Amino acid sequence: MAVTVKSMHRPDPGRTSYLRAALKGMFLTLRHMVRPHKITQQYPEEQTELSPRWRGTHRMEVHADGRPKCVACGLCPTVCPANCIRLIGGEDDQGNRYPIVYEIDEFRCIFCGMCQEVCPVEAIHVGRDFENAEYSRDRFVYDLDRLMNADYPVTLLWDPEDQKSE
Amino acid sequence: MDLAQPVSGIPFLITSTIKVAVMFGVVFLAVTYATLAERRVSAFIQDRLGPNRVGPFGLLQPIADGLKNLLKEESFPNSASRFYFVLGPMLAMTPALVTFAVIPFAAPLPTSWGVVDMIVADVPIGVLYILALSSLAVYGIVIGGWASNNKYAFLGGLRASAQMVSYEVALGLSLIVVLMLTGNVTLTEVVWKQQQLGLWYAFPLSLGFILFVISAFAETNRLPFDMPEAESELITGFHTEYSAIKFSMFFIAEYAHMITASALMATLFLGGWDLPGTWDNAFWYGGSLISGFDAQGSPIMATPALWKTLLTFASFVAKTGFFVLLYIWVRWTLPRFRYDQVMHLGWKILLPSALAYMMIVASTILILDQIGIIYGFTYGLVLTAVSILCTLAFVFYLDRGRIIEGAAVQKNGVIKKNPVAGN
Repeated sequence: MAVTVKSMHRPDPGRTSYLRAALKGMFLTLRHMVRPHKITQQYPEEQTELSPRWRGTHRMEVHADGRPKCVACGLCPTVCPANCIRLIGGEDDQGNRYPIVYEIDEFRCIFCGMCQEVCPVEAIHVGRDFENAEYSRDRFVYDLDRLMNADYPVTLLWDPEDQKSE
Repeated sequence: MDLAQPVSGIPFLITSTIKVAVMFGVVFLAVTYATLAERRVSAFIQDRLGPNRVGPFGLLQPIADGLKNLLKEESFPNSASRFYFVLGPMLAMTPALVTFAVIPFAAPLPTSWGVVDMIVADVPIGVLYILALSSLAVYGIVIGGWASNNKYAFLGGLRASAQMVSYEVALGLSLIVVLMLTGNVTLTEVVWKQQQLGLWYAFPLSLGFILFVISAFAETNRLPFDMPEAESELITGFHTEYSAIKFSMFFIAEYAHMITASALMATLFLGGWDLPGTWDNAFWYGGSLISGFDAQGSPIMATPALWKTLLTFASFVAKTGFFVLLYIWVRWTLPRFRYDQVMHLGWKILLPSALAYMMIVASTILILDQIGIIYGFTYGLVLTAVSILCTLAFVFYLDRGRIIEGAAVQKNGVIKKNPVAGN
């Protein structure tokens, strides 16, 4: 999406009388005062539609049987520029790797989305959610259960073929 | 009519006490809601909604604000003069609230003890009392600004005193035309004379009205004349160092001034509580309440009633509200004047105009009296015609001389300095 510059062609103001200019201004503000269209968004009741590529709070995808899709390969903690992912992997009897500890510190996270991009099994995702206020600081370290139980939609990865994500 | 007697004795004391209490409460309530109105109207002007969360339509917002300011920590700057620092906000607030005492706010109310005047104190020096007390308010600002021991606060206080003194002159002179036409300084009589004229003074004294409105804006330190505050230059001027309830008191003072000035403008120029028609006219004349004079010049008795009082009170509130709205509307439209422009406007434009206008009105009144036109509608029409001419001349002069533009005028692609502006 290219940045566009809008150049304003204002008419040459020339010279104008203060009195007339002031009256004109008064009428302008009056018009806006009585205009019913207000741009304020009544936030909690009225939600903004987030972009499909909005990168917010993480979520972990799960298999149908409830296990996390994560294979504890260790790519996400490696790629994470903010170093906010803590991962300790384990292996079960069949030799399947799984995360024993998977924690994301949402305070340190910079929501770059590189964990989602790097994940080979599409397990960790950034989500389309931003309402993650908490009453205490330690609640901001999300553990595996919390990441798996998240209910918000996941972010769509950027696709060079579809620049506007349509 | 037995009932058409003024209350006296113990009932007078009781009714007066009630009036004082109610008036104080109503003015305070009006002040708090003026702050809400300011925020909501400014929001509407900027296509926003403003505070609408606390209570229905944000109606409890002023209470939440007040509570917050009461509970906040009070701070005292180390180098401030403690005594004057506390005295400042008190001095600012008190005169703003007590000026309301002499403004009549409704037609007299009949009770079983007699007729109660809808004014807290009908003192014979009405207008003088208001002028005296409203100019006291500047002491609060100056003392507060000085006691803070802060450069910005000090400059704000200085500017406040200079501005108040300058505009007090124009304010007083534009008032004189009203007093000349009324022949008295009592505000009840100002209202009565407007009823007698059949025209509100805004018409026969239109230029006086305009000058008074401009000076009143300057007197209450509202934009475009808010030199003592001037956020972009002086942080917040005289109350830079104030916090919590002391800041709140300055704030209340500003809005109380605004409401008092609005009520005064409504009383002096828009007929106060008067409504069109003669049905609501009432005035104490020779000990009885009259509504006018018949053709022979003998008084017609007035019949006060509760519904008349309520209707006229509504009219007074509407007129005052209109001016409060005008204050807010102007504040969110016009940019602040430069300090020298404020002084220029006060001393070189408003003062001579008010003086000249006073002379013109005085001569017109003298001529009208000499050729024997009775004080009434024709009298008012002649004055209206004269005043419209004066207003046109004033507007023409203002419009001609004061041209605004950018720092430079572009002509044929070359940026030139404007030769007319001179600098």
